[in-house]
Amino acid sequence: MAAVRERPVSPHLTIWRWGPHMVVSILHRITGAGLTLVGLPILVWWLLAIAGSPDAYAEFTGAASHWLGTVVLVGLTWAFFQKSFAGLRHLLMDTGRGFELTANKMGAILTIVGAIAATAILWAYWLGVLQ
Amino acid sequence: MSIGKSATPLGQVRGLGSAREGGEHWISERVTSAALLLLGTWFLASLLLLPDLGQRTLAEWLRSPAAAVPMALFVLVAFRHALDGIKVIVDDYVESDGGRFALNTLFLFLAVGGAALALFALGKIAFGAAG
Repeated sequence: MAAVRERPVSPHLTIWRWGPHMVVSILHRITGAGLTLVGLPILVWWLLAIAGSPDAYAEFTGAASHWLGTVVLVGLTWAFFQKSFAGLRHLLMDTGRGFELTANKMGAILTIVGAIAATAILWAYWLGVLQ
Repeated sequence: MSIGKSATPLGQVRGLGSAREGGEHWISERVTSAALLLLGTWFLASLLLLPDLGQRTLAEWLRSPAAAVPMALFVLVAFRHALDGIKVIVDDYVESDGGRFALNTLFLFLAVGGAALALFALGKIAFGAAG
């Protein structure tokens, strides 16, 4: 039997110049994994803590107000917005819209800017900066 | 035609036709994402509108059907969407059939377990004695 030749492989990540669409694409996967592996366990913990004793709830709020816990919650909020805005963009693209280069790039940039802005405003409000 | 022995991966599948499955997963991802856009907005808006995020306030809020029902839906749809998404990641990065099956099964167990815990907590809050 003849040796199997290495088949040509289509060009992948390494040869393309990075653009906003690629950043949004990989962020969609990363934020999805983050919301799943970190966000959902915290959501379940939060609900169980509300259903539990005052001590159980104090344990949750103690962790949440620790600086590390707050960093995680801010990160999850950003992931939620990034995933939501990019998801909305994906649903639009599923209908065939937004594939022209300039519109596509603008949409990608908008999800990034929008997610950061929404996270900043929400936490500024929650932490009392805006009140 | 090349059903039968072939040296290359392409040759082994040529002529077999499509897998005849997978469409449901794609649709499920999109339908649950649309639901999550609504439920996620409801969730964030509700947290912002509550006077505070203390245990008593949250439990009282979650005792009303207007909050308990969307929260239960949010949990169920979020876990289903997460499971759909994690499957894509597992299928992309895990090369062996056994590894994929094992990881996908593990995540199925975790998702069902997590959703059950959250629903138990919600039931306890909604149907338990008022605190």
